[in-house]
Amino acid sequence: MTNGVRSDARLTLPACADDIKKLEVGMLVELNGVMYTARDQAHKRIAEAIERGEKLPFDLGGAAIYYCGPTPAKDGQIIGSCGPTTSGRMDKYAPLLIEKGIRVMIGKGVRNDAVKSAISKYGAVYFSAIGGAAALYRSTVKSCELIAYPDLGCEAVYKLTVENFPAVVSVL
Amino acid sequence: MRIIDAETVRARLTELINSCLVIPDRAVTAALDRLSDDAPLSVAAAKLIVENNRIAEKQGAYCCQDTGQALVSIKLGDAVCCEGLYGAIDSAVRDAYTCARKSVADPLTRINTGDNTPAVIETTLCAGDTLEISFLAKGAGSENMAKLYMLTPADGRDGIVRAAVEAVRVGGANACPPLVVGIGIGGLTETACILSKKALLRPLGTHNERADAAALETEILEKVNSLGIGVAGFGGKTTALAVNVELAPTHIGMLPVAVNLQCHSLRHGTVKF
Repeated sequence: MTNGVRSDARLTLPACADDIKKLEVGMLVELNGVMYTARDQAHKRIAEAIERGEKLPFDLGGAAIYYCGPTPAKDGQIIGSCGPTTSGRMDKYAPLLIEKGIRVMIGKGVRNDAVKSAISKYGAVYFSAIGGAAALYRSTVKSCELIAYPDLGCEAVYKLTVENFPAVVSVL
Repeated sequence: MRIIDAETVRARLTELINSCLVIPDRAVTAALDRLSDDAPLSVAAAKLIVENNRIAEKQGAYCCQDTGQALVSIKLGDAVCCEGLYGAIDSAVRDAYTCARKSVADPLTRINTGDNTPAVIETTLCAGDTLEISFLAKGAGSENMAKLYMLTPADGRDGIVRAAVEAVRVGGANACPPLVVGIGIGGLTETACILSKKALLRPLGTHNERADAAALETEILEKVNSLGIGVAGFGGKTTALAVNVELAPTHIGMLPVAVNLQCHSLRHGTVKF
């Protein structure tokens, strides 16, 4: 893409442990496969469901979570604009979700020490997507399915299938 | 007394918001397009943002999914009568956000209001028979990084510089850089906060008319761009495109400094009547 940037890396989601081990901080990676959107209120509900031992909206094992609340899809569109939201707001819940199986997180901005420790301990990865590039990310989404919490509107959980979704490895 | 038709205001404000949510400030896109001599990842991110803004305009898509809470700033001439203005503003926001994201919720229950109203309306009363309405879509990512510092007169100019740089150091990476940093200095707490927002709306590349304030802008911009945060937080020397300072007289015992970080998705505009 640009001189000096390793942009040929690709990662298939859900990611296997061996593929995550091949990543390096600072790599620009194209993500392909399945990710689930979840932001503030969805995280709160998932964490509460874990605490109560209730059924979860999707299998967390090895899954990728995209911190995103898209705009509504217009007629005929798969999804609306869908860039990343600030990951730090999910720091309260992320260590628990990583412990329960999440291995890939995609968002924007910095993570706290507890999240970094959990990422390291469980062999997970945090990708920084480019904040504000929501129209670009929309063009990478090939399918979108409402999975849970429809009452949350844009904060509901959607299952996305993406192709060539650019993001930078930020925490390993 | 000049009569201004509220329906006309509603229609033009709706049109303005619709356009702003798709096309961010072109001066920001142009600055990102020019970026070349910087950290490779930051240059790559800048190119992706430029590409994003091109796709958004071409497809009529929202450039950012966080279409924000609507800030509507009004300069109301005291010889103007616009009956129904208040309702016209909320109606314009409701209409313009029909297809945009509904991002406004009750602060305690977190239940969404469902139509992105109420707009945040700030009104400045001034002399004359004109009405000026500015719109700014403020997303949470950048607004959450705002700071209010209640400095003392002894902290002075150095204290202002330290506070501004600290706000960017702590929050800059989360606020979708490259940023416009708005700094409101003086007045009471709300004065400083409102001035920090007003500072965001100044055309890119312009300085405060006061030489001492302009020098402050230059010094803070230089220090902020030495933090190494860079475009999208990917490192380098382009953390902010501008630092804009606005001043107001304050109490002899006070030095309020509000710092507001604006993301690169700078979506604003003004209609005049």
